[in-house]
Amino acid sequence: MKQIRIVTPLTEIASRALRVGEEVLLSGVVYVARDEAHRRITEALGRGEPPSFNMEGAVIFYAGPSPARPGKPVGAIGPTTSYRMDPYSPLLIGMGVRGMIGKGARSPEVVASMVEHGAVYFGATGGIAALLASAVVASRVICYEDLGPEALRELEVRDMPLIVVIDSTGGSIYRKWP
Amino acid sequence: MRDISVDMIIATVARLFTDAAYRLPDDVLRALRAASDLETEAQAASVLKTIEKNALVASEGGYPLCQDCGMAVVFLDVGQDVRFVGGDLFEAVNEGVRRAYRDGYLRCSIVEDPLYERRNTGDNTPAKLHIRIVPGREVKITVTPKGFGSENMSALAMLPPAAGERGVIEFVVETVGRAGPNPCPPVVVGVGIGSDFEGVAELAKRALLRPIGEHNPLPSYAALEEKLLEEINSLGIGAAGYGGRITALGVSVEQAPTHIASLPVAVNICCHSNRHAATVI
Repeated sequence: MKQIRIVTPLTEIASRALRVGEEVLLSGVVYVARDEAHRRITEALGRGEPPSFNMEGAVIFYAGPSPARPGKPVGAIGPTTSYRMDPYSPLLIGMGVRGMIGKGARSPEVVASMVEHGAVYFGATGGIAALLASAVVASRVICYEDLGPEALRELEVRDMPLIVVIDSTGGSIYRKWP
Repeated sequence: MRDISVDMIIATVARLFTDAAYRLPDDVLRALRAASDLETEAQAASVLKTIEKNALVASEGGYPLCQDCGMAVVFLDVGQDVRFVGGDLFEAVNEGVRRAYRDGYLRCSIVEDPLYERRNTGDNTPAKLHIRIVPGREVKITVTPKGFGSENMSALAMLPPAAGERGVIEFVVETVGRAGPNPCPPVVVGVGIGSDFEGVAELAKRALLRPIGEHNPLPSYAALEEKLLEEINSLGIGAAGYGGRITALGVSVEQAPTHIASLPVAVNICCHSNRHAATVI
């Protein structure tokens, strides 16, 4: 199958053109955040603080990498199950986040928000974290370092292999499991 | 009595967790290859090949198999003629876990307070320890770093006895179906039947330790494993949930005596990275 090369920040034209089942090679910056980082980002926004990264066209990877060995930018990294981030996603999509990388289904609220704002949800295969790590060229912690593996991180990736799981029309690869 | 130094427990637990985190067990690799041969859906077949490739990369030692290096679950079968010397056994197991996760660059995923503070303990302790006293003068140590994407999809039911085999099958298949793509299929399914509330959950976890393809010694339960596998695979979830014929690599059932009023069933789901390692000292 043909692989589509895309770069971040993701434009609305690029994200709206993607369709379920398409294989993608993603390059550029992705932000790594999972449960606790999402809670803190949302609470900070609620207090009126500016976002800790530029959300326009941003892609968030739901992951918590293992520690990096010396000489490597990151340890093993792969998607965590996305539904736990569902309560936070519509707010972030509304602020410009245009891509999410995870595994598993999303709530109707998240899908509705994706359709409204032209966002896309990519699947990375769970449990191939040693392979996915080889697509990471650089990594740094932005904040919440006290959370260890759950810290908010910025990754630079090159040709990370993903698949479009839910597109901006609301179509989903998960046929029987909404 | 045979004296066993707790230092030996520390070293063995540390080695087993490191092995488990970097090397996919042979039974899982064999099951993945068999699954690849059977899968007819292109995307799912491609995922299965990728999982095999990931195992190869991890075995080279640069990265563990998965970033979720799990909760450290340890089973000790302790011979009753064994005496542990030189320190506290529980602390020795935790020290083994600590060393494996630190020296093996494994992710620490345990929070001290489950509800309020949720602060990471930083060394993946405490381990979840199951101890059984058995005859003899040996100690069998089995470790399994258990990922929680799949643990979260597990379930338990106290069925009425009248539910029978059909009731058990329906509960297991529904649980795997509801999990859908979340637990990183193709999954391995551990089923406990009988015992009591917490006992049935432990049976299900122990079932996950049995090598895939090795059946329950009782023909009736071995047949149940086959039926469950067939019905689960007919769900069509497939590798990564992209749709396909292979949703589970294997189903193991462990049973135990129970009360006249009940038919407890527990389903412990594990992702395809069903990591475990064992040794006897």
